[in-house]
Amino acid sequence: MSTADVAVPFVRRRPPARVRRKRLLVSVANHSMLIAASIAFLAPFAFIAVTALMTNDQALSANLWPHPFAWHNFVDVFTKAPLWRWTFNTFEYASLATLGVVVSSVPVAYALARLRWRGRNLAFIVVLIALMLPPQVTVVPLYVAWAKFHPFGFNFIGTLWPVIIPNWFGDAFSIFLLRQFFLTIPEEYMDAARVDGCGEVRILLTVVSRLAKPAIAAVALFSFLYTFNDFFLPLLYSGESPHHWVLSIGLSEFRSLHQVQWNLTMAATLLVMAPVIVLFFLAQRAFVEGVTLTGVKG
Amino acid sequence: MERRRARRRAAWRRRRLVLLLMSPWLVGFSVFFGYPLVMSAYLSLNHYDLLSSPRWVGLANYRYLFTVDPQTWTAVKNTLWLIGVLVPLQVLSAFGLALMLARARTGVGIFRTIFYLPALAPPVAATLGFVFILNPATGPVNTILSHLGINGPLWFQDPSWAKPSLVMLGIWGVGNTMIIFLAAVLDVPRTLYESAQLDGAGPLQRLRYVTIPSISPVLLFAAVLGVIQGLQYFTQAYVAAGVASGQASQAADVTSVSLGYPVDSTLFYPVLLYQHGFVDFQMGYASAMAMFLFAVSFVVTLAIVINSRRWVHSGAR
Repeated sequence: MSTADVAVPFVRRRPPARVRRKRLLVSVANHSMLIAASIAFLAPFAFIAVTALMTNDQALSANLWPHPFAWHNFVDVFTKAPLWRWTFNTFEYASLATLGVVVSSVPVAYALARLRWRGRNLAFIVVLIALMLPPQVTVVPLYVAWAKFHPFGFNFIGTLWPVIIPNWFGDAFSIFLLRQFFLTIPEEYMDAARVDGCGEVRILLTVVSRLAKPAIAAVALFSFLYTFNDFFLPLLYSGESPHHWVLSIGLSEFRSLHQVQWNLTMAATLLVMAPVIVLFFLAQRAFVEGVTLTGVKG
Repeated sequence: MERRRARRRAAWRRRRLVLLLMSPWLVGFSVFFGYPLVMSAYLSLNHYDLLSSPRWVGLANYRYLFTVDPQTWTAVKNTLWLIGVLVPLQVLSAFGLALMLARARTGVGIFRTIFYLPALAPPVAATLGFVFILNPATGPVNTILSHLGINGPLWFQDPSWAKPSLVMLGIWGVGNTMIIFLAAVLDVPRTLYESAQLDGAGPLQRLRYVTIPSISPVLLFAAVLGVIQGLQYFTQAYVAAGVASGQASQAADVTSVSLGYPVDSTLFYPVLLYQHGFVDFQMGYASAMAMFLFAVSFVVTLAIVINSRRWVHSGAR
């Protein structure tokens, strides 16, 4: 192996003209297909954005370009619907859930990846099964339990707490992703800390969590995205009380709520997409690394 | 003697540590997973409307689910249709995009971002966008089609076009899978291609005999994940049906009447479960549906976990 890695001085010969022309043609064909696909992937965004800037009459006509540009649509949506309230609820849910996922999943993943104990493999398989099963399987009894549970007369149905609280008890996907990353940390780091008299908990808090920063960032990012986009469970628990709606529920009911027009609906759609897309451009590397980490290698 | 006691104490301390670290998941698993599973099995044998206490009915819920209720078969058929069409198309398109990206010399970063962005769009927002874009009367797609002299279909308003429209939406959001495939394709050792080329393999043969076998675990993983996601397909169907039907009737209340619109063509299994459980509050019957879903997804999951050694690398390399 080592001999192959040594850089051998290698003079690249210029390929003959026929080969060069063929390569160029292949490259041009490839790029035209890529450009065509890009247009197809960008078109929906473009249609949404353009419609968000139309007046209502225009949105209902066959015109494809706004004239004049109705920038005030983005102000109007806030008066037509309690968008601020929904945004606040969404961020409350997303941040509390994300914090809980990180705090509770890191220790579990560490125990699964780095400590040796009987039943560890079985526990990991259970995590995988929990990861794969649809939420609909457990949702009915959980709903019943939350509906019957009134500590100090507090009613959980109609709030977002039934969706937030479970995140504080480990999330299967995050445990899985963190475990995969913890496995790649060389044992020498931990051994060095152990020799210095570090306990396992301190190793986890100082050495591992610092080395695993990219993975923890990816988990936080995915958890935030998941909760920001979540629809089914929030709908179940807070569907009847608009005051506790998150953006995804509000948006889905937006058109029917006040007979609102398409132009305003698309403006709201764009506003809901915006935070995620901004987040992506701010944290592009963490995204791509995280996605690749989930796609684990063979 | 002394040493043995010390060792025992160390073993106990170790066990306590594992227990401490695992405790969030132990509590979470038993409360939010184990308990509801057992409870679901119990409720499925009862008639329960949340108001009066559960009434034991034996297997009546299951009998009704499988032999009487005509909607069950519709929902199962729709779900199978979606999985059978969407999953292969998603794998194919993600693979195609990844291959083109792997071959491109310039602009890889920009193209990758463009293909990935739709996967980021919140499902509700993306669905809403598609219902508008494909809206039959004034939507941009049908407008453009009519300029080309084509009479566009009714998309989300037409029972035979509603599912294909959802498939289009699904393909639009294929970015995650594409990124995973791209990483896998770029990971195939160059030497394999070179030796294949020396053996006289053309581009298609290299794809067939080098690329595909090298990344087949990743392809398979994506397909199985697609099946799992297909089994829980809810948000897009719910939103599309709600918005499309609201548009047709201009009705203010969309939730209960619109599920499955048009004509039950988007009534997928999770949508039907939602209707029975959380619109009609037939908790016993919905639990029976959940148990059937559990059985199906457990078989699929078990198949993955048993084969997981192939794609989940275990232990430090």
